[in-house]
Amino acid sequence: MIDEIQKRILQEVADLHETPVGAYNIRANAETAERNTTENIDIVTKTDLPGIDIYIKANTKNESVHIPVVLSESGIKETVYNDFHIGENADVVIVAGCGIHNSGSSDSQHDGIHRFYLEKGAKVKYVEKHYGDGDGMGKRILNPKAEIYMDEDSVMEMEMVQIKGVDSTIRDTKADLKAGAKLLVRERLMTHGNQVAESEYIVNLLGENASTDVVSRSVAKDNSYQRFDSKIVGNAPCTGHTECDAIIMDNAKILAIPQLEANDLDAALIHEAAIGKIAGDQIIKLLTLGLTEEEAEEQIVNGFLK
Amino acid sequence: MLELKNISFGVSDEKGEKEILKNVNLNIDDNKFVVITGPNGSGKSTLAKIIAGIEKPTEGKIFFDGTDITDMSITERAKLGISFAFQQPVRFKGIYVLDLLRIAAGKDISVTDACKYLSEVGLCARDYVNREVNASLSGGELKRIEIATLLARGTSLSVFDEPEAGIDLWSFQNLIAVFERMRETTKGSILIISHQERILNIADEIVVLANGTISKTGSKDEILPEILGTTAAVSSCDRLDKGGDKCND
Repeated sequence: MIDEIQKRILQEVADLHETPVGAYNIRANAETAERNTTENIDIVTKTDLPGIDIYIKANTKNESVHIPVVLSESGIKETVYNDFHIGENADVVIVAGCGIHNSGSSDSQHDGIHRFYLEKGAKVKYVEKHYGDGDGMGKRILNPKAEIYMDEDSVMEMEMVQIKGVDSTIRDTKADLKAGAKLLVRERLMTHGNQVAESEYIVNLLGENASTDVVSRSVAKDNSYQRFDSKIVGNAPCTGHTECDAIIMDNAKILAIPQLEANDLDAALIHEAAIGKIAGDQIIKLLTLGLTEEEAEEQIVNGFLK
Repeated sequence: MLELKNISFGVSDEKGEKEILKNVNLNIDDNKFVVITGPNGSGKSTLAKIIAGIEKPTEGKIFFDGTDITDMSITERAKLGISFAFQQPVRFKGIYVLDLLRIAAGKDISVTDACKYLSEVGLCARDYVNREVNASLSGGELKRIEIATLLARGTSLSVFDEPEAGIDLWSFQNLIAVFERMRETTKGSILIISHQERILNIADEIVVLANGTISKTGSKDEILPEILGTTAAVSSCDRLDKGGDKCND
């Protein structure tokens, strides 16, 4: 059963106010709490490892899968393996996300290992939100790992959001794209306190006309640390772009390492990285509109991460 | 409504003390359209910033509707009813034109209301409300959005710091039309820092600043003939002939 704290966290990570429509698997405190399957989407518990297999039939359209995870007991540490098998020409939305409420003194940790297998022409929009709260001394730790295998002409759009609350994250994403496949990544991150967030991407463009765009926008406050390491490898005529745009505040530290590797004459690859503090002019402009300095700063940061 | 008493402003750098403004006394009455002009480096922009609270005078007092605002912050002055348009409008990643107009209005104005302000500055509202106030906008577009934020605020005093700076001639023609319309419709006083003849030409009063002091002040009819042809009143064509005057003092 889902309790009140869990309900609130589900709202934060999956915008779920009630039972979702379509297929879902809600995992709470290291076990499946609720599940629903549909005619086109099946969810099967793994027998060898903790986790699930999600099977989406070919040509499934306009359906969604929600697989939120909630940890509300202090001290839980789990590694979960979820595999997504997306059939030819299916077009679906997958909403993942993990929320930790830790009011105890032990660390809570969820390491989600997601593997995506997109068959020819499959389209996936993947949304993942991380959230942490609770006033305990125990840390809230999330280490998501994704492996993405994209067959010809498949498209994957990933939106990853982590705004405050998570003490430590190491995100590791690897993707292999065949001809005509397209991967778009939008990462939004805000760290504060003594939080640490690291993101690593390796996108291999293996087939003709494969393309990718990996973009991160982040704000680092207080004493937090961020590392963004994004590498695009072009092994065929392909296009790739990666960008890291960060606002640094207080005593934070940010390391941006965009990397490109071209192994084909017609691989067109671009990277951009910018780190800077909030411009004084931006604050002054908002002061002249009647905002206080705190309100102005909040407005600028919220806009940047929108 | 606005009264500057013995305002002085100085800066110190490695070359020593430099006085930018010396004993400036100025009164702006209710519902007046006043233009402050003067050659580059005369202290015009500094004076505008002192009124908005961005710079603090080294000496002197500022009164707004009888209240001493000399020690008030930018925010407090904004709340009292002073608006300030930047010479170089600021860009914001992720903040939309609609957001900026809402912040300016101090409430969640409707898209229709936002469109009204944009139309008043000659922008096709539909195309702009959902644009980001970022580098994708041209200098002229930013300038007009800046003016629209002042319209949305609707305060009793609006200060514009060299609205003609950094825009092309074609946009400048449109800008003049916007100010002409504002002159007719706006309730409250408008104070513009400019040395453009076309802007001086629609003023009720002209104040000439030179070397940090007010050298002349009076109605347009008195002052304009005296300063025409000097660097305090340049025409758009002069600007063109000179290969573009950088108005950035």
